[in-house]
Amino acid sequence: MVKEIERYGIPIVHMATITTISESVGANRIVPTVAIPHPVGNPSLSPEDEYALRKELVGKALKALTTEVTGTTHFE
Amino acid sequence: MSEKFKVLYYVNQFFGQVGGEDKAGMPPEYRPEKVGPALGFEGALQGEGEVVGTIICGDNYFNENKEESLDFIRKTIKEVEPDVVVAGPAFNAGRYGMACGELAKAVAEEFEIPVVTGMYIENPGVELCKDKAIVVSTADSAAGMRKALPVMAAITRKLAKGIELDAPAQEGYIPQGRRKTLFVEKRGSQRAIEMLLARFKGEEFETELPMPVFDQVDPAPAIKDLSKATIAVCTSGGIVPQGNPDGIQSASAQKWGKYDVSGIDELKAPDFYSTHGGYDTAYANEDPDRVVPLDILKEYEKEGVIGKVYEFFFTTTGTGTSVSNAQKFGREIGAMLKEAGVDGVILTST
Repeated sequence: MVKEIERYGIPIVHMATITTISESVGANRIVPTVAIPHPVGNPSLSPEDEYALRKELVGKALKALTTEVTGTTHFE
Repeated sequence: MSEKFKVLYYVNQFFGQVGGEDKAGMPPEYRPEKVGPALGFEGALQGEGEVVGTIICGDNYFNENKEESLDFIRKTIKEVEPDVVVAGPAFNAGRYGMACGELAKAVAEEFEIPVVTGMYIENPGVELCKDKAIVVSTADSAAGMRKALPVMAAITRKLAKGIELDAPAQEGYIPQGRRKTLFVEKRGSQRAIEMLLARFKGEEFETELPMPVFDQVDPAPAIKDLSKATIAVCTSGGIVPQGNPDGIQSASAQKWGKYDVSGIDELKAPDFYSTHGGYDTAYANEDPDRVVPLDILKEYEKEGVIGKVYEFFFTTTGTGTSVSNAQKFGREIGAMLKEAGVDGVILTST
């Protein structure tokens, strides 16, 4: 899906935990996430800390979308 | 009669009969016995080999703690000293396939031990290890177990005895991309002309050198001004509105859905939940924003960091879903996003 959407010329960032799969499907912008069942959350944190963590992760995704890349790039 | 060769077996928590998604976080453990498919596999070795033990590891644990898991496997190999390591078969299970693939790659590279696994051709684990290990081509679901085990066992017997394998199509494994020198009756020019003639006549022929298919999409240009950009969010994590109005499948998805989020600031439970059948959805169902971070995107919109969150979010389940369906979904969603003038997309996966 990532690749087909990007084919339209729209930048797309893949937020995923198993980043080796992101790479093998051909994602160009990748943000590694927390865990498979809660990629952008962490139930072991307090609600405030979890929110801050999610904000940071989505911030990285936005940064990825505004960064020119030439090939597979991880934004950590 | 020589001694039996020793096989070390690897399975996930499900095939290891420990549990389902609720046990996917279990760290690896070694049992000096045959568990799950190892049993049928040993039977297919026809008395020539023996499964001396089984490593069981949760799919989530392995993929989230790759090095720790591999260290455990390395340690076990040093203790058990197997002649062959066998993993799976993982069919079309992505996380299980990645675990088998990482294990196969690491073991084949670091130890001089042959590794045999089994996967469906579209499993992302295939690309990881097919050139290092033998990946038997299996069906896409566990219904193919009975067919897969004898093929894996036959190959294992040959490898354990140092017998060279025949061509992938004959033995039943996925081609490793190797070329071997062999003697044939007819010389190349003659074989080429015969193929050409067969092609002219519309008859079947088999190429001796299949061309690799490369499909890379160039990165799209970056967003210039985020504060004016419309950002859409998509997921393969199966988040749907209560009642799953479009009936999106919990596995092997045939469709995707788009849902209006223009009037809400977050994905609240129980208005939204996950219908995904490939991970433990307890955390997602408690707070769907853990999979689709709508709350944060809306906040960035309020802060003026981004121009706008696109009014719909797009969703499907990415477990067991065929590559061709995923491509179709991507084309359909992409066309819609393009038409709507969306400037950038965040896609989350579980």
